[in-house]
Amino acid sequence: MSSNINSLDPYIKKSSVFHLLDSRIKLLITIGFIVTTALLPVGSWAAFILLVAIVISVTMVTDIGVVYVIKRSLFVLPFVLAAVPLLFTVPGTVLFSMTINASHINVTAQGVERFITILLRSWISVQAAIVLISTTKFPDLLAALRSLKIPKLFVNIMGLMWRYLFVLTDEALRLIRARLARSGYSEQVKRSGGKLAWRAKVTGNMAGSLLIRSLDRSERVYFAMVARGYDGEVRSVPATALTLNSWIILLASCTLFCFILLFGWYTTTL
Amino acid sequence: MVFSPVLLHIPDGFLSLPVAIGFWIVSTLLISLAIKNVALSLDDRKVPLMGILSAAIFAAQMLNFAIAGGTSGHLIGAALATIILGPWDAIIVMASVVTVQALIFQDGGLIVMGANLFNMSIISVFVANWTFITFKKILGQNRNALFIAGFAAAWLSVFVSALAAALELAVSGTSPANIAIPAMAGVHALIGLGEGGITVGALGVLYAVRRDILSGEANQTRSNKTLWFGGLATVLLLLVVSPFASQFPDGLEWVAEKQQFLHLQRPALFEIIPDYVFPGIANEVAATIIAGIIGIILVMLVALGVALLRKKRETISTK
Repeated sequence: MSSNINSLDPYIKKSSVFHLLDSRIKLLITIGFIVTTALLPVGSWAAFILLVAIVISVTMVTDIGVVYVIKRSLFVLPFVLAAVPLLFTVPGTVLFSMTINASHINVTAQGVERFITILLRSWISVQAAIVLISTTKFPDLLAALRSLKIPKLFVNIMGLMWRYLFVLTDEALRLIRARLARSGYSEQVKRSGGKLAWRAKVTGNMAGSLLIRSLDRSERVYFAMVARGYDGEVRSVPATALTLNSWIILLASCTLFCFILLFGWYTTTL
Repeated sequence: MVFSPVLLHIPDGFLSLPVAIGFWIVSTLLISLAIKNVALSLDDRKVPLMGILSAAIFAAQMLNFAIAGGTSGHLIGAALATIILGPWDAIIVMASVVTVQALIFQDGGLIVMGANLFNMSIISVFVANWTFITFKKILGQNRNALFIAGFAAAWLSVFVSALAAALELAVSGTSPANIAIPAMAGVHALIGLGEGGITVGALGVLYAVRRDILSGEANQTRSNKTLWFGGLATVLLLLVVSPFASQFPDGLEWVAEKQQFLHLQRPALFEIIPDYVFPGIANEVAATIIAGIIGIILVMLVALGVALLRKKRETISTK
């Protein structure tokens, strides 16, 4: 069980052009891409297809596996439930109607359009985010956040969090394994343990002991840091200036996004 | 992704851009305020403490218990963090949990992260803090008071942040308010019970083993009057606005009607407009499909070109 926790780190080591790109540029391009997706009008199918094509081709270039990215992107699917009512509530041309329990429900063309647009937007955005995180080491991403003026304290805390994420998820998995080991399970009852409130309480006790272990660990970590010269200041290598190449790539992507937006609005508003 | 308390992490695409940007601004301001407050009282062991507690909250969200029919309850942790750390620190800890979840596990989108930060790290902490103090004031200092206050804080913080998420979805026109608000409220009233149960269990262990944490310095910042009123205002606002808003089937439509920009809505693409002309092709659907195919081919060609170039470079460098 605990062996699979290493797969928590989504970074996939390859040597593609996209991996080598400056993490600041990658972050900005990804955000630009997602903003573009959000700015496209409802029903601009051609532009959305173009965006899908771009994400998939970038995935191909990065060598992290198109199937992997698509599989991972499907984890947003449950949230789609939130948008399902749109199919029935947006007024417009009725595509077909159903009768459930003697009440009429109309599915409208506009509703379908809006629903699919939301689906596409979130699917494309998630893929972009997956490509970003699969090709960028998290510390590099933190450095990029730092140079985008995110407060130092916040970035430092996330850095430490990242460092101990694996240690503490392992700790949590050990707690779960221990509970599994001491819980009986029978085919007749189909569940182990006592009543619902009791099970919640046991889980809570586990969370409590996880927190206590973490507090103790943070003491030890603090002393280890002090022993190595920590004085309340987390120092890191100063960021290098962006190369001309990076600027060109950034500019080119922004231009591309503007063109896609123009294309999207042009093809749908006419 | 795998361990997420779903439904509260809004993905990209589900909020309209103005809503997303608005919440980015609000969240940035409030989190900066929290950072300023924490930095004022910063002793140098706080950075490792908060970093590791963020990781611990993240890990604690993996702990779950079976409810029924394959569903399981698990912790979100805002109330627990608030009780242990005090509100300002808890905001930062929850904010880093939400940020890492969005960046690494795509639990919640990037441009809607402002809204997710607002729901899960600001509202939930404000509400948990307010509830916890108020209940403790009324009930006193004994063990049961602690548990009841903890349960109430956990339940209400989950419930109110779910209301906030539902309202955001409704205002964005993603989910009709009269469906989203009751649905989110109903589901999270139940999820809140699980959260409350786990929080009480955790407080039980902390009370038995490390009582010093529960009565420590976190109490000093907690009794801040402004914060108390802030929490009260959040609770009241969302509890009052939500039933009101859920009378309107579609938040966006309603707002649009008020603002008189309904004319911006276009006719559906399915009604083929006869005079539409794409260079050479008179049928809009065909034009769209062709444009799409051309786009795909172009982009694929570029991608293949880059891939080939790289292959060539690799073979040269291995020679």
